[in-house]
Amino acid sequence: MNLLQTEDLVASYGDFQALFGVSLAIEQGETVAIIGANGAGKSTLLRTICGLLRSRHPTDVRFDGKPIGSLEPEQIIALGIAMVPEGRRPFPSLNVEDNLRMGAYCGRIGPWTLERIYTLFPNLAERRLAMSPTLSGGQQQMLAIGRALMANPKLLLCDELSLGLAPIVIRDIYAAMPGIRDEGTTILIVEQDIQRALRAANRVYCMQKGRVTLQGRPSALSRDQIKLAYFGV
Amino acid sequence: MIIGSYRVERSTRASRAGFAAMLAVIVALISVPAWAGRAEMRLLIEVSYYLALAQAWNLLAGYAGLVSVGQQAFVGLGCYGFIIATAFLQIPPLVAIPLTVVAVGLIAIPTAFLAFRLRGAHFAIGTWVLAEVLRLIFTLVQAFGAGTGMSLPIHVVLDISENRVIRELILYYVSVAIGIATVLLVFLWLRSREGLALTAIRDSEAASGSVGINQQRTKLTVYLIAALIAGLVGALVVLEKLRITPDAAFSVTDWSANVIFIVIIGGIGSVEGPIVGTLVFFVLRSLLADYGAWYLITLGAIAIIVMLKAPRGVWGLIGSRYDVHLFPVQRRVRLNLD
Amino acid sequence: MYWINTIIQGALVGGLYALFATGLSLMFGVMRIINLAHGDFIVLSAYLAVVVINCIGVNPLVALAVVVPLMFGVGYLLQRGLLNFTMGSDILPPLLVTFGLSVVIQNVLLELFSADSRRLQLPWLETASVRIGDQLAIGLMPTSVFVVAVIVIGGIEFMLYRTDLGRAFRATSDDPDTARLYGVNNRNIYALATAIALAVVSIAGVLFGIRTIFDPTIGPARLLYAFEVVIIGGLGSLWGTLAGGIILGVAQAIGAAFDPSWDTLAGHVVFLVVLLFRPRGLFPKTFDP
Ligand SMILES: Nc1ncnc2c1ncn2[C@@H]1O[C@H](COP(=O)(O)OP(=O)(O)O)[C@@H](O)[C@H]1O
Ligand SMILES: [Mg+2]
Repeated sequence: MNLLQTEDLVASYGDFQALFGVSLAIEQGETVAIIGANGAGKSTLLRTICGLLRSRHPTDVRFDGKPIGSLEPEQIIALGIAMVPEGRRPFPSLNVEDNLRMGAYCGRIGPWTLERIYTLFPNLAERRLAMSPTLSGGQQQMLAIGRALMANPKLLLCDELSLGLAPIVIRDIYAAMPGIRDEGTTILIVEQDIQRALRAANRVYCMQKGRVTLQGRPSALSRDQIKLAYFGV
Repeated sequence: MIIGSYRVERSTRASRAGFAAMLAVIVALISVPAWAGRAEMRLLIEVSYYLALAQAWNLLAGYAGLVSVGQQAFVGLGCYGFIIATAFLQIPPLVAIPLTVVAVGLIAIPTAFLAFRLRGAHFAIGTWVLAEVLRLIFTLVQAFGAGTGMSLPIHVVLDISENRVIRELILYYVSVAIGIATVLLVFLWLRSREGLALTAIRDSEAASGSVGINQQRTKLTVYLIAALIAGLVGALVVLEKLRITPDAAFSVTDWSANVIFIVIIGGIGSVEGPIVGTLVFFVLRSLLADYGAWYLITLGAIAIIVMLKAPRGVWGLIGSRYDVHLFPVQRRVRLNLD
Repeated sequence: MYWINTIIQGALVGGLYALFATGLSLMFGVMRIINLAHGDFIVLSAYLAVVVINCIGVNPLVALAVVVPLMFGVGYLLQRGLLNFTMGSDILPPLLVTFGLSVVIQNVLLELFSADSRRLQLPWLETASVRIGDQLAIGLMPTSVFVVAVIVIGGIEFMLYRTDLGRAFRATSDDPDTARLYGVNNRNIYALATAIALAVVSIAGVLFGIRTIFDPTIGPARLLYAFEVVIIGGLGSLWGTLAGGIILGVAQAIGAAFDPSWDTLAGHVVFLVVLLFRPRGLFPKTFDP
């Protein structure tokens, strides 16, 4: 059974439709990447999975076999989906440790604790009492990942981890992914950096203008196929 | 379907009909003294100054985003300004009215300086504090009777005219003229460049987050216009009531609560709303006149329900159903289809 | 000695003012709304205590055991049933709905209890005082009220900075959408914030009723005090709020020492002076999002 499945998913902002029937399926233990140009609808897809945007039918999104399309975000996270939002969005008036504790607010028990996060990201341990806006971009990204992990999710959604970060920092952040996967967490990453995505994932979806235009194992996709699916030319 | 040409226009059939109706109302109001009694005239005087206050508050809150709970500051200043000018400085009453308005405007400037340091919801309470400060100051001034207030000296009243009937006529026409003039003033100002910019900013969500320098100046202008109108009403209130106390002059119930409820119920953010609201208010008031505190309870409850269920008020309900605009502020693009 | 006494008395009232301000500050902090009926809820709580005292014949402090949970419930329902529908980027709906509520509460109280002044009687505490030297006497009641105020403010501060609920309040205040992603139910959090705010208000209202006479119309003035305290103290810091309360209380006491009718005005003037020279308050949080 798939851990996450969307079927013909549609989403809109008011009158503006951003997703036109997106279907994807992710199995337990996979690391899946979604690539696509700016505005393709990747973030919208993640927001709809989390319940911040409403899907048309409850069964459009299934998690662990259960329809979750009509649930509120706070109910969805309790089932085991956590998101690292685009732009990281730390809570500015909370320090690092309180930000991490907020991740555990839903009360799910699992392998991830404050100590484990600090081991995964020693940078954060050094700055545990710092206010989050004083962190560097890379540290904020680690904080955002740590915060999501504190919810002990079965499925971790990561939106544009590399956005605005230096290559060396991006490498550090992606280096944490195997450790997360080894805990049995399924990972769905959204990336604009195609190379980074192809290397990190064992399966890729490509989106364009609110639709899935290509999917497959990275090794099975040719550059031209990807170019066509990504840019439409 | 080919689009041949287009016209930019502000008047519509409804608005022309509206103007015709307005003219009819004005003519009727002019003729009132000929056939109505003193009580009706007094009522219409009150209607006029509530209409003026409602237009002023609508301009503040509905267009400039300045939610004030302190307009009683300027009504009160108008009251006392008029008494000072007439009873103490011996200025003839009809000259004292414009002088009072100017004085209120001058005092409003420093209060703006203070109130504008607070933003949004804090601004609302800040204006209320300022009004309270003024009320408390006037309760301390022995020359004005401190907390018990004072009466307008009889010679001031007689100065207008020795004849009671003529006096009442003058007061009636001045009040009604001010009520109508306020509506027109607000309407015309909203059609000015500054006013149109304000409406555009209010209506575009993207822009509403940013507060530019120009917008700040426009807000100040609106604040001062509203203060002047309130001061003017204050002067009229004294002429009508002939007696003033700090509590009545700076009453938050009379000059803020009632006015706010009028605008909310009638419809905030349109010129028509406060007119409709004023009518609804006086109808409700006469219906509930015998029920004491229940009157304000009802009014408050209605305002809450309207705010939640129909945030554009009674006029919004009418306007959305029939698309009528008696006072078209915005220009419309009319396509001529061949 | 006279002045020392005046300042001490003022500072003790200041604790109560800080308590008035705490509820206002909590609601603004979490939801960015100003509850214009705040003062009327203070008065409402005092009248609830009157009813409880009349019905079961207990003293005002015992009445707290009924009034506080009751107002907590009122706050929760008020937010879920009414104020949650006013939340959004527009500041007008919450202001106007709470303003309407203020008028409604005042007039319902007038209708039910008339305009007569009342007081919550607590005879033994009212008269007891501690003498320090031969010229200074500190009343037991004002002191107790102050101590209770400090304890309550300390408790709220603890809740905000040391508990999961407090973290959720602060996170929701920062970024309600992101908070939802971590399992926070905003509507419930908002309702809890208002519930706690009104519970604090009810303690303030009962203490206030023990200290001074009250009638249905005095709510708005308490709202203004609470607001001034918040601004004087600086947004976002409850210990700043306590300091703000003391400053306002002392200002009023000194004003009253010159002339009894100057007390409120003196407080307002100090507020305006702070607004003029330190618009962010005397003790602003260094980080204010
Ligand atoms: N809050 C919003 N309101 C309206 N339109 C939006 C909003 N967020 C995104 N969009 C639009 O939806 C489309 C998809 O956006 P998004 O999902 O953010 O793309 P991506 O994450 O792939 O860059 C874009 O055209 C974008 O302009
Ligand atoms: Mg995106």
